[in-house]
Amino acid sequence: MTTITIPAPVIEDAPAVRARPASPVRDVASIAGRALRAVPRELESVIPPIFIALFFFIVNIGTLQHITENNIKSFDIKAFMLPTAILIGVTGVSRAGSLVLDIQDGYLDRLLLTPVRRLAILVGHMVADVAIACMLTIPILVLAVIIGVHIEAGIVGAVAFVLIAALWSLAFAGFGYAIALKTGNPAAVNSAFLLFFPFLFMTSSYVPRGQLSGWLDTIAAWNPVTYLLEGLRSLVTTGWQWDSLLKAVLAIAGVGVLSMSLCLAALRGRTRRG
Amino acid sequence: MNPTETSIRAEGLVRRFNGTTAVDDLDLDIPRGEIYGFLGPNGAGKSTTVRVLCTLLTPSAGRAVVAGHDVADEPEKVRLRIGVALQEAALDPKQTGVQLLRLQGRLYGLSTSEIERRLYDLARLIDIGDALDRPIATYSGGMKRRLDVAAALVHDPEVLFLDEPTTGLDPVSRARMWEEVRRLNRELNMTIFLTTQYLEEADELADRVGIINDGRLVAEGTPAALKRSVGNDVIVARLEGRASGAAREEVERVGGVHGVEVHGEEMVITATDGAATIGAVAVALDGVGTVRHLTLRTPTLDDVFLELTGNRIENESERAQHSDYNELVEVGQ
Repeated sequence: MTTITIPAPVIEDAPAVRARPASPVRDVASIAGRALRAVPRELESVIPPIFIALFFFIVNIGTLQHITENNIKSFDIKAFMLPTAILIGVTGVSRAGSLVLDIQDGYLDRLLLTPVRRLAILVGHMVADVAIACMLTIPILVLAVIIGVHIEAGIVGAVAFVLIAALWSLAFAGFGYAIALKTGNPAAVNSAFLLFFPFLFMTSSYVPRGQLSGWLDTIAAWNPVTYLLEGLRSLVTTGWQWDSLLKAVLAIAGVGVLSMSLCLAALRGRTRRG
Repeated sequence: MNPTETSIRAEGLVRRFNGTTAVDDLDLDIPRGEIYGFLGPNGAGKSTTVRVLCTLLTPSAGRAVVAGHDVADEPEKVRLRIGVALQEAALDPKQTGVQLLRLQGRLYGLSTSEIERRLYDLARLIDIGDALDRPIATYSGGMKRRLDVAAALVHDPEVLFLDEPTTGLDPVSRARMWEEVRRLNRELNMTIFLTTQYLEEADELADRVGIINDGRLVAEGTPAALKRSVGNDVIVARLEGRASGAAREEVERVGGVHGVEVHGEEMVITATDGAATIGAVAVALDGVGTVRHLTLRTPTLDDVFLELTGNRIENESERAQHSDYNELVEVGQ
C-alpha cells in the first residue's frame, strides 16, 4: 500500500480548554437552538400545518356559515372556527421526527457522550416546538382578524390565545416524543397522528356543544379538547372568562401530565446504560 | 489510581446482552500517552468494550476506570475527559460542520472565545477547507470521518476513543487519518484507544496491541513482540488442492521449521530463518504435491491471531490488498 505523508499543520501553543458541565439553561438553549436552526431547512414540516389550518378555516366557514348563523342566535362562525383551525394547525407539530433521525444517524449517541443533561435533550426540542407552534398560530390569527374576527380579550388576549395553543401543541407533542424515544421508528411516530382524530373531532370543533347529539356530547364532555376550545373561544367571543380559561389550562395540564410521563419513561429507557 | 499514570484500566470487565457475553473478563491497563490498538474480527467485542469505557453502557460485572473516574459510578466526570468517534460517524447531516462543532463546544461548557479558538485549530487539523460551512449531508465519507474526529476533540480530551476510524475509507483518507492520530498522540500526549480490524493499522499506529476474540483478550503486547512470539519468518505455501497430512509431516521434518498450520490449500510455516529454510520446504513439498506459490514474509498480527485462535482476522481480499506490504520474497512454482 502506498503511504502518503501529508504536511501536518502546527498545533499552536494556545492554552488548553477545560470542559465543564454547562448550566441547565445553556444545555436547553443549545439543543433548542439547533432544533430551531433546522426549521428553515425543513419548511416542509411547517408549511403544510399552516396550509391545512387555513384550508379548514376557510372551507368550514364557507360550508357552515349559513346553516349555523341562520339557526343559532348571534352566532359568529368565523370566531367560532378560529380556535378549531388553530388546533388543527398546531396539534401534532413537533420535532419528534427529527429525534428519530438523530437516533438512526447515531447523533443521539454523540449527544449522550457529552455532559449534556439527558432531560435537556428533550426539553430543548420541546422549547423549539413551542416557538414553532407560536409561529404557526400567529399568521392564522392575523388572517382571522383581516377577515373580520374581533378578539374581545384584546391584544393581551391574543397573546394568551397563542400561548395556550402552543402549550396544547407541546402537551400533544409529548406522545410523539414518547413513541420516538421508545421505538426510534419514524413510521411509529407518524402513527401518533391517529390520536389527533378523536381529540380534535369528537368535540365541539364544528358546532357548539349544545348542538351535539347524545353520544357525541357524552364523549365531548370527557374530551379535554372541548374545554381547550371553550377557553380559546372565550378569549375571542366574550373576553376574559377566567373559569373557561382555567378549565382550558387544566385540560392541557391533564393531557400534558399523561404525555410527559410517557415521554420521560421512554427517555429513561432510551438512555438506560444497563 | 493516579490519572497521570494510567488512562484506562479495566478489571474483570464483563458485558452481557440477553444472556450473550459480548465482553468477557477483560483486563486492561493503558498508561497515559499510549496508542493502544484493540484488534479483532467483526463481532469480537471491540465496539461493546468502547461503549462501556465511554459510558454509553454499564458493565455487567467488573469495573473500568477511565481518566481517573469509574465509568459506572462517575459517568459525567468520565464524559468531560474523553472524546469518542464511534464506528459510524455520528453526525447530524442537516447541520453545517461549523454548527456541529460549535454545539459540541457549548455542550462541553466552553466559552464563546474558547469555542472559536478550538474551531480555528480543528479546522486546520481536519483540513476540509470551506466545506465546514456546508451541510454535512454534502460531505464525502472521509470528510465525515474527519469531522467526527474533530467533534470528539472539541474539548481537548485526555483520552480519545476511535472505534474503527478508517473502516470504509479510501487509502488516501486512511493514511491521512493515521497521520492525524500520530500527531494528536505526539503533540498533545493524548491517550488513544483505537479499535480496528485492519492488522496494518494496528501495526502502524499502536504502541501496544490487544487482540480480542469472542469477547476475551487473547494476547497483548507491542506489535513487534507479538509477531516475535510466532517466530522470526513465515513461509506460506499455496498448494494445488487441499494440503494432505503427508505434506504437513514432510514440512515438519525440515530443519528450522517451528510450526505448520494448514488451512485448505494454504500451509503456513513458521521458521527461525525463512531464507535458509524456504528451499528445503520447497523440496519437501515437491515430493508430495504441486506447489502453486511459495511466499516468504515476516510475521503479521494476523499470524499471531491465527496461532492463538486458529482463525484469521483478515478476509481474502484484505490479504490480497496488503500482501505487497509484507512480502519479502515470492517464488512462482
